[in-house]
Amino acid sequence: MPVAARARLVLAAATSVVLVATGCSSGGGGGTSSSDASKTFSYQSSEPQNPLQPANANEVGGGRIIQNLFKGLVDYDPSTAKIRMQVADKIDTSDSQTFKVTLKDGWKFHDGTPVHAKNFVDAWNWGANPANGQINSSWFSDIEGYQDVHPTNGKPTTDKMSGLTVTDDLHFTVNLSHKVSYFEYKLGYIAFSPLPDGFFKDPAGYGQKPVGNGPYQFVSWAHNSEVVTKTFPGYQGVDKPKNGGIVFKMYNTSEAAYADLQSSNLDVMDQVPPSALATYKSDLGDRAIDAPQGAIQNIGFTLYQSDWSSPDKAKVRQGLSMAIDRGTITKTVLQGSRKPATAWVAEGVEGYKDGACGDFCKFDPAKAKQLIQEGGGVPGNKLLITYNADGGHKEWVDAVCNSIRQNTGVDCLGDPKPDFKTARAAITSHQLNGAFRTGWVQDYPLNANFLSDVYRTGAASNDFGYSSPQFDDAATKADAAASVADTVSGYQSAEAVLPSGMPAIPLWYYRTNSGYSTKVQNVKFDSFGNPAWTEVEVKG
Amino acid sequence: MGSYVLRRVLQMVPVFFGTTLLIFVMVYTLPGDPVSALFGEKAADPAVVASIKHKYFLDQPLWKQYLHYMGNLFQGDFGTSFTGRPVSDIMAGAFPVTIRLALLAFVFEVILGLTLGVVSGLRRGSIPDTLVLVLTLVVISIPVFVLAYIAQTVFATNLGWVTPTVQDSYDLSQLVLPAFVLGSLSLAFVARLTRTSIGENLRADYMRTAVAKGLPRRTIVFRHLLRNSLIPVVTFLGTDLGALMGGAIVTEGIFNVQGIGNVLYRAINTKEGPTVVGIVTVLVIVYLVASLLVDLLYAVLDPRIRYV
Repeated sequence: MPVAARARLVLAAATSVVLVATGCSSGGGGGTSSSDASKTFSYQSSEPQNPLQPANANEVGGGRIIQNLFKGLVDYDPSTAKIRMQVADKIDTSDSQTFKVTLKDGWKFHDGTPVHAKNFVDAWNWGANPANGQINSSWFSDIEGYQDVHPTNGKPTTDKMSGLTVTDDLHFTVNLSHKVSYFEYKLGYIAFSPLPDGFFKDPAGYGQKPVGNGPYQFVSWAHNSEVVTKTFPGYQGVDKPKNGGIVFKMYNTSEAAYADLQSSNLDVMDQVPPSALATYKSDLGDRAIDAPQGAIQNIGFTLYQSDWSSPDKAKVRQGLSMAIDRGTITKTVLQGSRKPATAWVAEGVEGYKDGACGDFCKFDPAKAKQLIQEGGGVPGNKLLITYNADGGHKEWVDAVCNSIRQNTGVDCLGDPKPDFKTARAAITSHQLNGAFRTGWVQDYPLNANFLSDVYRTGAASNDFGYSSPQFDDAATKADAAASVADTVSGYQSAEAVLPSGMPAIPLWYYRTNSGYSTKVQNVKFDSFGNPAWTEVEVKG
Repeated sequence: MGSYVLRRVLQMVPVFFGTTLLIFVMVYTLPGDPVSALFGEKAADPAVVASIKHKYFLDQPLWKQYLHYMGNLFQGDFGTSFTGRPVSDIMAGAFPVTIRLALLAFVFEVILGLTLGVVSGLRRGSIPDTLVLVLTLVVISIPVFVLAYIAQTVFATNLGWVTPTVQDSYDLSQLVLPAFVLGSLSLAFVARLTRTSIGENLRADYMRTAVAKGLPRRTIVFRHLLRNSLIPVVTFLGTDLGALMGGAIVTEGIFNVQGIGNVLYRAINTKEGPTVVGIVTVLVIVYLVASLLVDLLYAVLDPRIRYV
C-alpha cells in the first residue's frame, strides 16, 4: 500500500491512511528478566477511522487492532517475512487458479463458535458487496464472480461470488478469474479474516464490539481513549501470546506518545517523532529500535503529459535520478531514518534484488548532466515536485531539489499541497506538471506487490500513466507461474524493465525507529513496522 | 430586564442557523473528497464510494444535505461519524473533558489573574508590581505550545511530579498542569487589564470622596474600586471562556487530553461534516450564553447600566 499513511502518521499527526498486516524481519529485542504472561502492555494507537470490521480497516488505527483480534488462513512470520499457515492446514493449487483450502480443526471464535469454511466464504462475500461499504472490497477482485457482486456500474446481480464453494466444514475451494500464483500471499491480509455467524445479523454492532478468532479478544473500547484486549485462552495459532493482552492507547501526536514512553507510561510505540530522531538512541539506550521496513519513497513522473511521454525523456529521468545524492540526504536531512534505495522493491521483501536500478541510482553529477542533455533536457528547464505539506516531506523534497539544482543546473522547486487529500486529488486527476512524491508500503512482503500494483498498465495505483508492454508481459507471465518462487523471479525480470523507462525514481527505504519502556522486553519489529505482538514479554 | 433577556435569546436563533450553514458550507468547500480519502493512496473503488456517500447523504446537493441535517437535529439526532458512532455520543464523551479543562483554566485565570492585578494595581512601581509586569510579559510573548512543552519537560520528565500526558482525562487532578498552561495567557491579560483599570479608577473623584469620608480601606477597595474596575475584566473573561474551549486544541494535543479539541481536529482532517458542525454549533452556543451572562453581570456591577 502506498506510503502515505505511514509517512503521515510518522511525520505529521492527525489521521492516517494506510494499513498494515502482520509481518516480517526483526529489530531490537534483548533483556533477560523474568516475565509475567498474565500482564498486559500498552501500545501507541490512534482512534480507528472506521468500525472495527476486517474488510473495512485500511488505516493503521483500526488495522493494527483488527490484526490482533482476527487471524486468517495464513500470516507472515515476523522474523523471516515468510508465509506461515494459521487457520489453514494447507492450501493446494495445481494451476495457480483453483485453490483448495483445508482448515485446521479446533479453531474457535471468541464467542465459542467454531471457525468453519463458511465463516470465510460468508465474510468474503459480505466484504465484496459494495452495499456494505467496505474499504477493502477490491481485495476480493481476483475471485471469480467478483464482477457480479461488485459491478463498477449498476446493481449487483447476486451477493455470492461464484468462485467460492464450501465443500464441508473444514474444506472450501477458491476459483480465481485469472492465474495468480501468489494468491496465498494475499490471504495474509486482514480483509480475508473469517467472521462469526452472529456478525451478519448486526454488522454495525459487531463493528463496535468485534468478535474474532485471533490471539487477543476484545474487552472494551473507550472511544478516543483506549481499546483494551486480553489474551484469548482458546487461541489455536502457532504464535501463542507471551503476554496477557494489549491496551491500545490513543495518542494524537507522536510527541505525546514519546514523552510517555520515556517515562514508561507507554510500553511500545510505532515510530519516534521527527524531533526525537537525533536523540532517541541516547534517550533509550538499548531499548531503542532501528529495523528495516517494507516501504519505499519515490519521485514519480507524469508520463501521461506530452512533455514527458517521448522515449527520449527516460534519459532525462535517469539523469535526474543520478543527480540526487541519496547518501548525504538520508544521513543529514533524514537523520539516518531511511536507507538509500537501489531498486523499486523495498529491502527485506521476498524477491528484493539489490541494485535493480543499476547505475541510475548512483550519485554521479557528470553522467547526470550528460543524460539530461541527451534526453533534450527538462521541459522549460524547471522541475516541480508536488508533495503534501502535512506529511513532513518539505525538508527532503527541498534537499532533493537542491541536489538536482546544484548538480545539473535544472531549476527545481517543491510544490506543496496543503494536505494529503488535496495532493492525492491532484495526482489522481492528473492536474500536475512534472513530478510528484509517491511511495509504497507493502500490503504483503512479496516483490509482486511493489511492481504489479504500481507499474502495470492501468494498475489502480499507477499514477504515472506508465505503460510498457515488456513490463506487462513479464508480470503476466509471473502471475501465471507454477510456484511462488517462479513468480518472484518473474517479477524480478519485470523489475529489470523499469530502469529503461524510469517512470519513478527510487529514493530510499523506510526504517522503523522506535523503542520500548522499561516494563517490557523481547520487543522486535517486523517489516510492516509492527512489533511481533505476541512475543512481547511484560516484566514480572 | 425580562424582555431584554428574551430578546437576546431570540437573537441567538438566526445566529444559530447562520453559523451552522456557514460551517456546513466551509466543510463542504474544503478541498478533497472525504470518502475517497478513506482509501488512502489506494485508488478509491467507485461502487464502495457511491455506497458510503449514499449512506451518509453525501450524494445530495449541499442545500439538501443542510436541510436533512437540520431536520435530524431538531429530532435530537446530530448524525453519525464515519466510525459508525452517533455524533451526540462523541460529544457527550469529549465535552465534559474540555469543560473541566476550560473551567479549571478559568479558575486559575480569575483567582490568580485578579489577585496579581489588584496587588500590582494598588502598589504601582513597587517590586511586586514590576515582578508581575515582567512575568506577564514573558508569558504573553511565549507561544502556548512552547510553554506546554516546557511544563511537560520540567514537571514530568525532569521532576517526575506528574505523568507527561494525561492518563485519565476525567481525573481533575491530572488536568491541573494542562489547565494552568491553557489559562496562562489569559491569566496574564487579566492581571494586566485589572492593573490598568485599577490604576485609572484610583485617581477618580469618587475614590477621593470615599477616602475623604474616612471609609475603611477594605470597603474602599472592594465596594468602590473593584466593582468599577472589573467591568472591562468581566467582558474579557466572558468571551474568554468560549475561547478557552476552542483554544484547547493545542494544549489537548500536547498533553493528550481526550477532549473536544482533539475530536474537532481529527474531524476537520477527515472532513466529517456532521461532527464538525455539531461541535462548532455547541461552541457557538457556549459563546452566546457567555456573552449574555457578561451583559447581565454589567447591571450587577454598575447599577447605572440598565437594560429595558
